[in-house]
Amino acid sequence: MALSVREYRARIKSTQSMKKITRAMELIAASRIIKAQQRAQAAAPYSRELTRAVSAVATFSNVDHALVTEPIDSDHVSVLVVTSDRGLAGAYSSSVIKEGERLIEKLKAEGKSVTIYTSGRKAAAYFKFRNRAVKQSWAGFSDQPTYDDAREIASTLIEAFTADQEADSTDEVHIVYTRFRSMLVQEPVAVRLLPLEVVEGTEAPEPGDVLPLYEFEPSAHDVLDALLPKYVTSRIFTALLQAAASELAARQKAMKSATDNAEELIKKYTRIANQARQAGITQEISEIVGGVNALADANAGSE
Amino acid sequence: MGVLQVELVSADRLVWSGEASMIIARTSEGDVGILPGHAPMLSVMVDGVVDVTTTDGETWIAAVDAGFLSVADDRVSVLAEHAEMAHDINLEKARADLDRAHAAGENDDESQAAVAAAWADARIRAVERAN
Repeated sequence: MALSVREYRARIKSTQSMKKITRAMELIAASRIIKAQQRAQAAAPYSRELTRAVSAVATFSNVDHALVTEPIDSDHVSVLVVTSDRGLAGAYSSSVIKEGERLIEKLKAEGKSVTIYTSGRKAAAYFKFRNRAVKQSWAGFSDQPTYDDAREIASTLIEAFTADQEADSTDEVHIVYTRFRSMLVQEPVAVRLLPLEVVEGTEAPEPGDVLPLYEFEPSAHDVLDALLPKYVTSRIFTALLQAAASELAARQKAMKSATDNAEELIKKYTRIANQARQAGITQEISEIVGGVNALADANAGSE
Repeated sequence: MGVLQVELVSADRLVWSGEASMIIARTSEGDVGILPGHAPMLSVMVDGVVDVTTTDGETWIAAVDAGFLSVADDRVSVLAEHAEMAHDINLEKARADLDRAHAAGENDDESQAAVAAAWADARIRAVERAN
């Protein structure tokens, strides 16, 4: 028995207050995740209609656009890594960074030079700590991204993609984020954002669902010109929303297990403290009994 | 005569959906009115006011910024990055935004200020039209 009863009591108390904190964080994450899911659902009609419009243009007009043209040789590649701003979300940020590293390694092995963009403080800190150059980073919205945040990222990436100078231009843009499958499963994924693969929509038109013969105003090319950047933005926005929901789910899970662990610890410490207290009592009793016996023996001897 | 199924969608939510008998929106080529039975169309909208006449004869006014209008099989989707119904618009805030955008336009950031000014202007016009 290394410690006294008093010290165990102190440990129980501090574990209890820690448990209160983690429990509160768990509840906050749980309530926010519902809002995040609602936001993702609210944004779905826009991306669905946009995908429909883009596939309509792509199907009915033979227009080439800079954003859909496959590059002949892609030497410069950009990667956007989407992580959280704050920690205490288990392996959420590290697993998406790991996925990003895997992609970067793969691209480098193909002989391409990689430019890194980050979203969320965790990724920025990771690359900064390792002295790796980050072209641009955004932060401050990881758990509730707005459309304007997505637009800012999109315009930067599109600008880099369409830049003429060899030095700043990039031939491909990849995005690494965490896809929200369910409350229990979130998986980091890497997808190519640019050049666009228009067919890969969230809801592909069914074979029987013939798209109507659209009239384009002012012209198919102009419509596409305005449509594609919005499509890119919408896909980034979807990725950010998914990442936000995943972050909150990961945080809830992490805080739940932290609370459970705290409970376990409290139980363990309570048992040890009780044992120590009992041992103390037993010792006192045996000391008293021993003392009485010794007195009795001494008295018996003197008589 | 049929009715139009209208969806007014902004990037982060569905602003309004329902049945309508007529819609007027501002495209890059000018104002366009859509009645049931309109030919399929996909056109680029500029910042402005969308005017929806419902089947009950009510009129809804909404401010939208640059986006798209797609018509197919009497289904009309109005897609905009931002969209607000006239009764949700805070007129004072829109006026303040407009002033601020004009002030910013004189210094620098002209393109950004122009975007902000157009959006503020669209909101003010929507409120004025609704009253």
